[in-house]
Amino acid sequence: MEYLIPRTLFSAEHEDYRRLAQRFLADEVLPFHAQWEKEKRVPREIWRRAGELGLLLPCIPEEYGGYGADRLYAMVIGEEYMGSGASGLGIGFGVHALVAGYILHYGSEQQKQTWLPKMVCGEAIGSIAMTEPNTGSDLQAVKTRAVRDGDEYVITGSKTFISNGVQSDLVVVVCKTGTTGTAKDISLIIVESGRDGYAKSQPLEKIGLHAQDTCMLFFDNVRVPCSNLLGPEEGKGFGQLMRDLAWERISGAIGFQAQAEAALRHTIDYTKGRTVFGKPVIDFQNSRFKLAELKAEIQIGRSWVDSCMELALRNELTPEAAAMAKHWTAELSLRVVEECLQLHGGNGYMTEYPIARLFLDTRGNRIWGGSREVMKEIIARTL
Amino acid sequence: MIPRTLFEHEHEEFRKTTRRFLADECMPHHEQWEEDHLVPRAIWEKAGELGLLNATTPEAYGGLGLDRRFSLIVGEEVTRVSASGLIGFGVHDIVAGYLNNFGTEAQKQKWLPKMAAGTAIAAVAMTEPGTGSDLQGVQTRATLVGDDYVINGSKTFISNGTNCDLVVVVAKTGNTGKGSQDISLIIVEGDRPGLSKSRPLRKVGLHAQDTTMLFFEDLRVPKENILGGVPGQGFFQLMKELAWERLGIAGNSIAGAQAVLEHTLEYTRGRTVFGKPIFDFQNTRFKLADMKINIAVGQNYVDKCMALCLENKLTPEASAAAKLWCSDLYSKVVDECVQLHGGNGYMLEYPVARHYLDHRVLRIAGGANDIMKELVGRTL
Repeated sequence: MEYLIPRTLFSAEHEDYRRLAQRFLADEVLPFHAQWEKEKRVPREIWRRAGELGLLLPCIPEEYGGYGADRLYAMVIGEEYMGSGASGLGIGFGVHALVAGYILHYGSEQQKQTWLPKMVCGEAIGSIAMTEPNTGSDLQAVKTRAVRDGDEYVITGSKTFISNGVQSDLVVVVCKTGTTGTAKDISLIIVESGRDGYAKSQPLEKIGLHAQDTCMLFFDNVRVPCSNLLGPEEGKGFGQLMRDLAWERISGAIGFQAQAEAALRHTIDYTKGRTVFGKPVIDFQNSRFKLAELKAEIQIGRSWVDSCMELALRNELTPEAAAMAKHWTAELSLRVVEECLQLHGGNGYMTEYPIARLFLDTRGNRIWGGSREVMKEIIARTL
Repeated sequence: MIPRTLFEHEHEEFRKTTRRFLADECMPHHEQWEEDHLVPRAIWEKAGELGLLNATTPEAYGGLGLDRRFSLIVGEEVTRVSASGLIGFGVHDIVAGYLNNFGTEAQKQKWLPKMAAGTAIAAVAMTEPGTGSDLQGVQTRATLVGDDYVINGSKTFISNGTNCDLVVVVAKTGNTGKGSQDISLIIVEGDRPGLSKSRPLRKVGLHAQDTTMLFFEDLRVPKENILGGVPGQGFFQLMKELAWERLGIAGNSIAGAQAVLEHTLEYTRGRTVFGKPIFDFQNTRFKLADMKINIAVGQNYVDKCMALCLENKLTPEASAAAKLWCSDLYSKVVDECVQLHGGNGYMLEYPVARHYLDHRVLRIAGGANDIMKELVGRTL
């Protein structure tokens, strides 16, 4: 899709990196993605291959095995993974990056050395366990508890909707270590796969994102050393989760915007090629007007996301502006995909067509990373 | 949310001047102007004195030689307070643009200083009873007879129609049948015999704006009145600044939506229902939050387009997208805000009701939004 006003964020190096990601996707990912959807996971070799190519965690500093690249590189791969329809990578790699961020910002030197180099090269897969069967956006209601016993924490509880859950080698668990009844009760603790008492469910059956392994996690008196606590002391979890929220939300928006653009691109191609009543679908005024409306909206979203990104690079992006981006682009992606599916007619209902897969894959955009309603609460507080 | 970075200190000072002028000199009298369907000429002159009319006209021609951000500010502020009588300032400025870009030296000398001062009021006559956005369907004809053009035809929806001292008339001067090459812009002075004006048209809103029909009956002007002196340039002349003109409408739309949102925030905080302020109901807060988001996102796009406009890099399609989306947004916002005002929102005493009436034209004027879709559609 050609933009109505030119993007100005990227240098030639970023564009080279984008081509690398595009080649990787075209040659090694997209031809196999349907198979991975059946298997409900992305093979570990792909994680390693992405790591090898530097397409997993470009922003981790070199001292921990990364490339120390700026966040525009993360933006580039976010756009390419989500825009190409490789949703297994888009969400899973995104969560992996989030976990790496927590370890980088709050981890002890030991934790960083243990995990980051492996995470950069795709040897260790990270996940984060926040949501519980009875707790979604309302983090303070978390029931999972970690009780200190000598040099160990004993963790008990259940978590659900865990992206990368099945394959993850480490999970950052949001749990309660205190009993004050405030946010100070919350801590983040790393749990390695294979610990006694730690079990995973089968992959959950979802509306879309079929290649994304999402499962429940169960902790039954799981013991981990106290050195697995993230940060120097207990009770910092809430702040740790909040600190980089603006970036996490804009990361979501980057992907949603890319999905909206991809949907439009597919639909322009489709309506140009498909003939009905003797002329291409796009030559009907209704098609052109609908597509033009979508293009205008998409352009406006693109401007906002890029402006947020400029601010993010200067560490000036507010959580509220990022929340707007997350919410606005989530709605955009759903609106665009819905209209575009319609313009595909019956073919749009067939998952052979990318638009049908986008239809399935985008529905969660309005829910995770803070639901639409939570985003509105956040914005409403600024009124 | 994302701070506007478009403006500098001088712009903000200019905005203050504009606000003061509107609050002190215009709004206390606006209801009267609405009844009169006319703004007094003295207000035009006062605006001229303050530099609010043709900020971009070079100093050599009596203007301030400023950049277009100043023009944007006037439009934003006028729309914020729904000073419908002054919407004509925008049309006046568009005519100044035609003269600045294409006028002969004599035309510039004759009109621009007076226009900047507000002592000459300008209009442009495009639309005809049978022709709207489709300019090539214009029927008004100017025929060269000796050294004069003789003009016959009718025009409608002419902003500043009653007050105008000059009107730039879109007329056919050629017969090639190739549409655009046949069109010229001709300056007609307001006092020429053969020019007559209708009574102000009755409109949904913009009641203080003098909008009329114009009739040309064997009206003669010297051939020097053709804009730029050469016939057949009209289509090109009209198109040259369309991207800017439409961006102005987008900017006004965002400013209007923002003002309506502010009124509604104040109203819903002050008004109690079922024992608590309307604002404290979740439905209210969510609706207002959505408006705030959309306005912020629209403003960001307008400002990016404006930055390109200042570098002469704004494309007609990017501008069409802005006009389309932002004027649609203004409509949605104003409709929701009337609703949140309840019965009071239906009373013209409340600003939101006036916005409801005045805003509707923005989806039509400057190229209907349907035409905007055609323009963006061409880039698909």
